[in-house]
Amino acid sequence: MRKSGSNLFRPKISRRAALAGLSASAAMLAMPRLGRAAEETIRIGFPTPLTGPFAAEARDQVKCAELAVKLANDKGGIGGRKVELLVRDDKLNAGEAATRTLELIEKDKVHAVVGALSSAVQLAVNEVTRARGVIYVSISQSDTINEAKDFSKYTFHEALNPHMTTAAVARRTLKKGMKVAHLVADYAYGHEMLRGFKRAQAAIGADNVGEILHPFGAADYSTFMPRLMSMRPDVLCISNFGRDQANAIKQAVDFGVKQQMKIVVPVILHNQRLAVGPDVFEGVVGGANYYWGLETQSKSAADFNAAFRSANGGAIPTDYGAYGYSGVASLLLAMQAAGGTDTDKVVDALEKLQYDLTKGPQHYRKCDHQSVQSVLVLESKKKSAMANDNDLFAVVANDVGSDDMLRSCSELGHAT
Amino acid sequence: MDLSLIIMQLLSGIALGAVLVITALGLTIVFGMLGVVNFAHGALFMIGAYAGLYLASLTGSFWWGLLLAPILIGAFGMLIEFVLIRRLYGRSIDDPLLLTFGLSYVLVEGVRIVFGSDGIPFPTPPQLIGVLDLGIGFFPRYRLFVIALVAVVLLVLWLMLEKTRVGLIVRAGARDPTIMQVLGVDIGRVWLAIFGLGVALAALGGVLAGPMRSVNPEMGSLVLAEAFVVTVIGGLGSIVGAVVAGLMVGISISLVALFAPEMATIVMFALMAVVLLIRPQGLFGVKGRTA
Repeated sequence: MRKSGSNLFRPKISRRAALAGLSASAAMLAMPRLGRAAEETIRIGFPTPLTGPFAAEARDQVKCAELAVKLANDKGGIGGRKVELLVRDDKLNAGEAATRTLELIEKDKVHAVVGALSSAVQLAVNEVTRARGVIYVSISQSDTINEAKDFSKYTFHEALNPHMTTAAVARRTLKKGMKVAHLVADYAYGHEMLRGFKRAQAAIGADNVGEILHPFGAADYSTFMPRLMSMRPDVLCISNFGRDQANAIKQAVDFGVKQQMKIVVPVILHNQRLAVGPDVFEGVVGGANYYWGLETQSKSAADFNAAFRSANGGAIPTDYGAYGYSGVASLLLAMQAAGGTDTDKVVDALEKLQYDLTKGPQHYRKCDHQSVQSVLVLESKKKSAMANDNDLFAVVANDVGSDDMLRSCSELGHAT
Repeated sequence: MDLSLIIMQLLSGIALGAVLVITALGLTIVFGMLGVVNFAHGALFMIGAYAGLYLASLTGSFWWGLLLAPILIGAFGMLIEFVLIRRLYGRSIDDPLLLTFGLSYVLVEGVRIVFGSDGIPFPTPPQLIGVLDLGIGFFPRYRLFVIALVAVVLLVLWLMLEKTRVGLIVRAGARDPTIMQVLGVDIGRVWLAIFGLGVALAALGGVLAGPMRSVNPEMGSLVLAEAFVVTVIGGLGSIVGAVVAGLMVGISISLVALFAPEMATIVMFALMAVVLLIRPQGLFGVKGRTA
């Protein structure tokens, strides 16, 4: 594209020269401002679905992203430059997200973009940032953007991916010969989680007895329950997100599902557990990137909790909040190391970065920029076992991050 | 496919339809009698759920919430009619539509400010927790209760409209308000009461749905769409239509979920399209009446 464009304009070089001359003189006029340009604020765009069924998770992301920015500014900024976070509501809509991201880049001149929660929205944001050569750190649990066809050197993925969480959860909940049924949200996130679970199932030797796809954002799951019960599985994997998770688990429990089988989710959500209460979630097992209770075993978690508490009146950070924090903070660390916002230098710095912000060491894998990190497996506590209102989960496992957890670079289509 | 599974599926369809019937009923009554398309109906459904939850936690009993929330929100509905909607009678149908549309945003934002935008748990009343063994399978007690309660409400509503003097005035008022005024009936009071009733039914639907879903500020938007589909299928303004169409939609969703679960949401819109093609006025609608 670019090449043919320059060919097209070749005969008009004189006009280009004139333009160059004009802009040069404009720059001279602006000379007194140049000194300030070096200290220009670092702007980070942050599209996230503040309205819609993932609003609770999105708001936590914003709070924590703001915390990361605040901590950087309190220390005098990045290389003396102040950092500013530009939050935009993507309304969980790919078109809206693309428009907002484009505005952030063209109008607000952001230096990088962090954010997005839903898989489709993440793809849209990545499409825009990739085309314009702007760094994008995704904090959505879907990882299609790490596959070669959507990947670019500007694409980074801070969140866990479906393969990592489903493998960790399956290892703790499935055994050889067990019967497994799936209730899956019918869009990218659900499909990716299902693929992850089935792969883990096959490795363990558990049998698949059925899959039901439900429409995204459904309010009623009762119509799926009789058929799920008739499959007589030992384990029911519910792969959906946000309020869908809360509603699906609540209605499964209403139908007496838990008396027959164990409920397992790829990602157990802090806010959704709060939204339906301890009795409903009791015994449900799922993966997580972060849980505040890690503070007893990890100094990074204790520090992160303390910083969040002091900025938010004693409240605790949530799972998705932690993504907002580590997504922005890892980017800022890389900018610090790169000595500014030059995109290529920051990309290079992110690839070399070893960071430990919330729970232990992390780094971005070179080939696909997936963050290699620990995976938690949590079990929702019984009401009587809760020490206080925030004591939601027991940590079943804390798998230390390693490249083995990820699909190989070649499987994702990257040259190795 | 075994028969007991299909029966269970029918039953979940009826339970699903029951909530649809209650919410569509309020919408259709208000349209039929007042000619007002109430776009705030979904928001009032949501407000009903919050009111029910609040009253239940205040009194310590779900039953008080179930009883008082519709009354309280119904009274709130009357206030809306008296202060806002009343001024728009006689104007084009778009005016009250736009007003209620705006109102729905105000209500949803208001709840977000007061209760936050996270979901809140609405515990199932302790008497109705668990499942009942029907011999062919297990079914949640609470959903059976919802079916029964909706049946009772429908019966009471029918008796009120068909067998009482008030019902006679209401039906006559819907047909020809001018003659009613000539006859000395204060039609304004009738409309006030009808709007209140419509809103109370929305609130009742909200309280009933609460323990089945989590309660959140956006819970009404999907319900509004469903209620509209049901009223269009049943025929705008038709009470029998709302009941038949509500159950029809519930059962269709449920049976489709058995064979092609990912189609479960689309089926009601497909049903609506088919009905509109064959009978544009809806199943029980009066010909020539347009929204």
